[in-house]
Amino acid sequence: MDPISTIAAAAAALLAIILALYSSAQAHDTVFAVHMMIFAIAGGLTLFYLVRNCSFKKAKADGPQMYDDSIVRYGVIATLFWGIIGFAVGVLIASQLAFPALNFDLPWTNFGRLRPLHTSAVIFAFGGNALIATSFYVVQRTCRTPLAFGGLAWFVFWGYQLFIVLAATGYVLGSTQAKEYAEPEWHVDLWLTVVWVAYLIVFFFTLLRRKEPHIYVANWFYLAFIVTVAMLHVVNGLAVPVSFFSSHSYAAFSGVQSALVQWWYGHNAVGFFLTAGFLGMMYYFVPKQANRPVYSYRLSIIHFWAVIFLYIWAGPHHLHYTALPDWAQTLGMVFSIMLWMPSWGGMINGLMTLSGAWDKLRTDPILRMMVASIAFYGMATFEGPLMSIKAVNSLSHYTDWTIGHVHSGALGWNALVSFGALYFLVPKLWGRKELYSLRLVNWHFWTAMMGIVIYASSMWVSGIMQGLMWREYNNEGFLVYSFAETVVRMHPFYVIRALGGLMFLIGGVIMVYNVWRTIRGEAKVDQPVSQVITVGA
Amino acid sequence: MTKRPIDDVTGTETTGHEWDGIRELDTPMPRWWLITFYITIAWSIVYCVLYPAIPLLKTNTQGTLGYSSRGELDKSLQKAREAQTGLRDKIKSGTLASIMADPQLFSFAKAGGKAAFKVNCVQCHGSGAEGSVGNPNLNDDDWLWGGKLEDIHQTIKHGARYEQDDDTRLSDMPAFGKDELLDKNQIEQVADYVLSLSKGKADASSSGAQIFAEQCASCHGKTGTGDRSVGAPPLNDQIWLYGGDKKTVMESIHNSRKAVMPAWAHRLDAETIKQLAIYVHSLGGGEK
Repeated sequence: MDPISTIAAAAAALLAIILALYSSAQAHDTVFAVHMMIFAIAGGLTLFYLVRNCSFKKAKADGPQMYDDSIVRYGVIATLFWGIIGFAVGVLIASQLAFPALNFDLPWTNFGRLRPLHTSAVIFAFGGNALIATSFYVVQRTCRTPLAFGGLAWFVFWGYQLFIVLAATGYVLGSTQAKEYAEPEWHVDLWLTVVWVAYLIVFFFTLLRRKEPHIYVANWFYLAFIVTVAMLHVVNGLAVPVSFFSSHSYAAFSGVQSALVQWWYGHNAVGFFLTAGFLGMMYYFVPKQANRPVYSYRLSIIHFWAVIFLYIWAGPHHLHYTALPDWAQTLGMVFSIMLWMPSWGGMINGLMTLSGAWDKLRTDPILRMMVASIAFYGMATFEGPLMSIKAVNSLSHYTDWTIGHVHSGALGWNALVSFGALYFLVPKLWGRKELYSLRLVNWHFWTAMMGIVIYASSMWVSGIMQGLMWREYNNEGFLVYSFAETVVRMHPFYVIRALGGLMFLIGGVIMVYNVWRTIRGEAKVDQPVSQVITVGA
Repeated sequence: MTKRPIDDVTGTETTGHEWDGIRELDTPMPRWWLITFYITIAWSIVYCVLYPAIPLLKTNTQGTLGYSSRGELDKSLQKAREAQTGLRDKIKSGTLASIMADPQLFSFAKAGGKAAFKVNCVQCHGSGAEGSVGNPNLNDDDWLWGGKLEDIHQTIKHGARYEQDDDTRLSDMPAFGKDELLDKNQIEQVADYVLSLSKGKADASSSGAQIFAEQCASCHGKTGTGDRSVGAPPLNDQIWLYGGDKKTVMESIHNSRKAVMPAWAHRLDAETIKQLAIYVHSLGGGEK
């Protein structure tokens, strides 16, 4: 950094520390006091770093252009770190549902607080870091230019980690604005807004400085993800704080309006965070790993615009048979149905990119992981429109079926495609010839796959059973089961689900080990993955 | 137009673009994909004509089928009611005795009571009516306010200590410790005596016995038999609502217990309350 930016950054950090300390002292509640203290510590660390690395030497004149890969390396580590935490908390809360004693009768460890910790850790900490890291890697390569505002990119990375820490500590201490997937309170929301706008600036200006005539399809998806998430986050988070020194706030919307805004946000968190963003990932890493051209340019254009246009209307299908007016329910449903083929456009483009390279699935577990993720993407984006049909929804809504659906998408699609991208990236980022062990990737693939199948199928069975029990009438026209009786019947499936989650976690641990050994520069002499004897060899 | 490069493997033209080694084929969109996409759009348009769909300034299009989710709910509720009409009407007009006398009506009432119990009562009394601390077990013959059908019906209808209902079951044991009617020592003595009563080893000469006779016997009976007319539980058995250890008994004497049961007449219709009474009566402890 040049001296002027350094001084400006240091001044900003100093100001932030003073403000944060003052706010912490004035705080009306513990959460706010703790959060402001965390802010102050983060500011202190920033200041320390800036002073230590301050240099008034003139920056070197333009050498050969280098990509900013150091930030991607940090992103890969952060993705794995938060991934393991998120999966582990998931296994814990799944076990809590099966064995309530695991709530330990403590406020900090009960299901109600740990559940948002799990969802935020896997979606925003694991998924978000994977998206930020891969988008920074991909946009530089496909635009042939380093990141615009490299210093700001570092702010995005560390600012995002700070957001995660604030969100997580808030949940454990009981702070929530009670909006699913948007639980953090107003002060944390504001911080995320600042970080996210910085992310948009870095990404957008890198695109502007590209040295390619066209913008690659992966970048359309990444940009759509960044822009839309900014909009969703700001509108759904609108709130009036009780005081500037309190962690509590009043939401701008109430009643059914609040519900609609929340699910407009919630569904498009799925649509733009977990679909568009990860499609961006797929569009770069699958052709790279398969070493084949993208199947159809035309399909990518049409399905991109169709997904972008249709997804944003589908949110009301989360509110079937509620106080939401019928016309809004209808629109939410028909837009979800129309979304089926555009979503599958991505699946077709991903799978068919392997035309001429299908044989690689036998020998390349990384590519196999990516292909499996696309298959799960296809299943989840068929199941979604199916569940949005009102007649189906009247059975599936509020049951474990929803949980099974979400996890076949999240574990199958989001996590597997991220794992594949990370396995692709790690040797390149750390300058290793190859991964420590492809056999371990294979192990990871199969444990994760078994985990997903066990998880999703147990929840399908449990959810449909639950839905059928809720609506079962006897011959005399009376409801047959009480709620508690359905819970008793679900217990075995909860145990099975926790085991599925545990297998998925074990797969993640195998990956961390493999990545760690790769970074250390070790290579294991493995038997080749496939023992198939090629005819004519 | 310049000729665009051909991909060797598939024989398809590429777009000629390349990013970091990635090229794009110019494959046309799969026909089945496009047709299915058009079908979903056509289906959606038809659906929007049939059902309420488009918001207007003050209202919205109603759809040609005249559907509304509220209307659909009303219809299914009405259908369910119609299926039960004959029996429900008989329960409404009949007395508890006449319902019990008709086997078909009795079985219907029991089933209806069971369903209503699962929605309204299990939260306190448990899904097997086994009770919990402060909430009586309904399977046994130990009744606070009587186990005859009429008694149970009365309790369900008007609740216990439910202030908004003038006919509610009201028992008001003094808080002997909190209101300083007895000191800690006396409470301990009387608790010991109560525990000895429940074990059938009461010592009439103990100091606890004397306190019991003065303070407790008027409601709980001289030998702890209880009195259903004032809701005073028997103390000469091993059944405890709050627990039968000494500490808990002392706490009961010190603070008194004031559990509340809602008066269901304010929430449920008369037929349902009759059915509930018959169901609870049939659980095992019902008295003639």
